[in-house]
Amino acid sequence: MNSDKITKIVLFSVSFIILIIAGGMVFSLVGGAIPSFKTFGLGFITSSQWDPTEGKENYGALPFIAGTLITSFAALIISFPLSFATSLFLGEYFRNTRVAKVLGTMVDLLAGIPSIVYGLWGFYVLRPFLIDIGFENQGFGVFTSSLVLSIMIIPYATSLSNEIISMVPNDLKEAAYSLGSTRYEVIRHVTIPAARSGIFAGYILAFGRALGETMAVTMLIGNANRIPDGLFSTGNTMASVIANQFGEADGLKLSALISIGLLLFVITGIVNGIGKLIIKKMS
Amino acid sequence: MKSISEIDNIGARTKKDRIFMGLVVLLSVVTVSPIVLIISKLIIKGYKQLNFGFLVEKMPDTMQAMTAVANNELIPGGIANAILGTLLMVVLASAIAIPVGIISGVYLYENQGKWMANLTRSVSDILQGVPSIVLGLISYLWVVKHVTNGFSALAGSFALGIMMLPMIVRSTEETLKMIPQTLKEAGLALGIPYWRVLFGILIPTGFSGLMTGILLAVSRVIGETAPLMLTALGSSVINTNISKPTSAIPLVIWEFYNDPNMVDLIWSSSLLLMIMVLAFNLTAKQVAASRK
Repeated sequence: MNSDKITKIVLFSVSFIILIIAGGMVFSLVGGAIPSFKTFGLGFITSSQWDPTEGKENYGALPFIAGTLITSFAALIISFPLSFATSLFLGEYFRNTRVAKVLGTMVDLLAGIPSIVYGLWGFYVLRPFLIDIGFENQGFGVFTSSLVLSIMIIPYATSLSNEIISMVPNDLKEAAYSLGSTRYEVIRHVTIPAARSGIFAGYILAFGRALGETMAVTMLIGNANRIPDGLFSTGNTMASVIANQFGEADGLKLSALISIGLLLFVITGIVNGIGKLIIKKMS
Repeated sequence: MKSISEIDNIGARTKKDRIFMGLVVLLSVVTVSPIVLIISKLIIKGYKQLNFGFLVEKMPDTMQAMTAVANNELIPGGIANAILGTLLMVVLASAIAIPVGIISGVYLYENQGKWMANLTRSVSDILQGVPSIVLGLISYLWVVKHVTNGFSALAGSFALGIMMLPMIVRSTEETLKMIPQTLKEAGLALGIPYWRVLFGILIPTGFSGLMTGILLAVSRVIGETAPLMLTALGSSVINTNISKPTSAIPLVIWEFYNDPNMVDLIWSSSLLLMIMVLAFNLTAKQVAASRK
């Protein structure tokens, strides 16, 4: 066998590790989830019980699925005006200027701040502030978590839409300007329609990020195993319940937590898949 | 017939334009304000504690911390156990992820358009989207339960390594794509063996690009807390044995946060973590910029 062939085989087999890891992940998560799905059936997804009392253990994931979707969705809505304005700032108004470079670096750094530091900041700065201005009376819960989450996902939403916005052909914009449009009208009627699907894909990917965030949410959501009944209610998300309850878990409870991990894996996979599909369609 | 001035509303339109631009600038400033607020908060609350001893001494126990706080002194000791733990796990994770990541990136580059490469690329993208806590669960199921038979630095590194892997794969492939095809052809035309063309010509040419990807990946995982809670667990002593529980900076922040006596230490620890993340992040940017 010549060395070219060996090289090709080595390249192939090393990259095959990625497939093995991914395949093994699905296999292990499903395997770990089987005991709880065997015991509770599909009721595991629709039940809102979470009772670890020995002998009559009963686990359902509904409160956490609801908590995850509500906090992530609220975060997306809060972050929308912010990241949309930022991507216009970077990709349209101040494209290729020094000020855009500085702002862009700062947005990137937002993605670099560790989740636990966001959690501390939310707990010691944002929470007292929300109580002080009378917005919240306990400071814990869905709203505070979503607010911090919204800041955390801004870089993900911004980076893609900023790129797409700056790629809108100049000809189109110039045509609109020559007809007498103001800049706002150009943005409203040319840039946004041309960049719409890219912007949308960016928000979907950001949503996928929010779904899996753990530490900041764990520190702020109040860790109550119930379906949040409003924006200011406490709750728990799929990621935060795993982080919270893992320490003392074995047997059926461990299997229930792994099942939640599997559900989280599937949900984020679907959301990211949709985002990637839209991006693929565009190019 | 109306005159031009009657149908023209340019005044109102210009006003709308100005207001919109003002709004964009205002909201953009609001967007980046948290980074300034967070970092200044960390500096103000954390700088006093962040001294030499903080870096080289190990963690104080709760009683020592309580006494110091009661006497209005700085809490003695440091977080050397956590700093070393973080370094150990990041180095180990890099040792797992960098070779596999770079070779896989080369594979993807060399097999553009083939179905197996497309599949691997898609799967790698999926891996990148997997929440870090799920990677922690996986490492628990594989390494904690079957390899080290207990919480360990190796398990933590494995979780961090899987996190780094897709980022390195992607940056390697993207970097190689930017190298002129002629370089590779010239090498092959001279009769240089295929493997030497790849690892002796392409990789060194794209070195700074690969470096950027690696540094960014490290800056991403260095602050990860959730997967380590499920794998490395934490330890109050300095540990260099990869099959034993190990502390890490994010883990001690979590511990301090949950211990009312030690809570003063969260700011200096977070400040240190933030400095490390920023150092990796900005170095990566510098390396990337120096290429152009």
